[in-house]
Amino acid sequence: MTTVEEAPVARGLPRLGEPAPDFEAVTTQGTVRLSDFRGSWLVLFSHPADFTPVCTTEFIGFAGIYQKLQERHTELLGLSVDSVYSHIAWVRNIEDKTGTHIPFPVIADLDKKVATAYGMLMPGESKTEASRCVFVIDPEGVLRAMIYYPLSTGRNMDEIVRLVDALQVSDANKVATPANWRPGDKVIIPTPNTVELAEERTSEDFIKKTEGYESVDWYLTKKSLEV
Amino acid sequence: MACLNADGTLSASGRAMLAALERPATEEDVASVTGLALFRVRSGLRELVAADLVSQQGERFVATGAQSL
Repeated sequence: MTTVEEAPVARGLPRLGEPAPDFEAVTTQGTVRLSDFRGSWLVLFSHPADFTPVCTTEFIGFAGIYQKLQERHTELLGLSVDSVYSHIAWVRNIEDKTGTHIPFPVIADLDKKVATAYGMLMPGESKTEASRCVFVIDPEGVLRAMIYYPLSTGRNMDEIVRLVDALQVSDANKVATPANWRPGDKVIIPTPNTVELAEERTSEDFIKKTEGYESVDWYLTKKSLEV
Repeated sequence: MACLNADGTLSASGRAMLAALERPATEEDVASVTGLALFRVRSGLRELVAADLVSQQGERFVATGAQSL
């Protein structure tokens, strides 16, 4: 008699530029679906576990950038493989011990459905906890950015706000942003994609018409958004 | 449940949403009147519709028993 071993189900990461995996999940603010956030940007993040030290500092950090994200039409949604009662107890404890109110909902992903769909589980690190992941989802529900941090390293909240700023500026102005870009810094105009356009980019005429642009070569030209 | 307690009574946000739905209103109207985030309004409206406390016609919602759509 032969036995057929069940093949492990391949669980890949979601892909940038594609619709973010849909979900319906219990949270500390009721049952929500991904589609409830349509029309807004969404930062979905996971943390390993409630009542743990690094996660507590991160939650205080996320609460600290909540208003900045709201000003950017961006909602915040946490997740861990804990029960909603654990989440409630933890966010109440954080407020009690540190005075920090946690204003955003937190998914209780006990069955790991959302964590699995988003590739938040890294068995090499932990078989039971989600890693420190961040997903930026645009108002159309498209996954635009992902950040993965290990269990041992708390995330940089300024970087999350900067990432949202960069995505929104890129969308609004059809530009890209250079390394370490901050709002107000110069942005990169689209690179020519033909030889003809590359020639134009280095022509006297282009240079005259684009005073104030900072051009390293045909493929790297920056401008201020005010220009 | 965000709008309904386990015993079927309304939570504070549920009462606020129902009050905002005495007249037909959109999700955005309810969010504006109640001050709740739009995602919470959408989630709450699903609960209230499932509990037959609110009905939906097109993009507008109204409390059951309030003036018809």
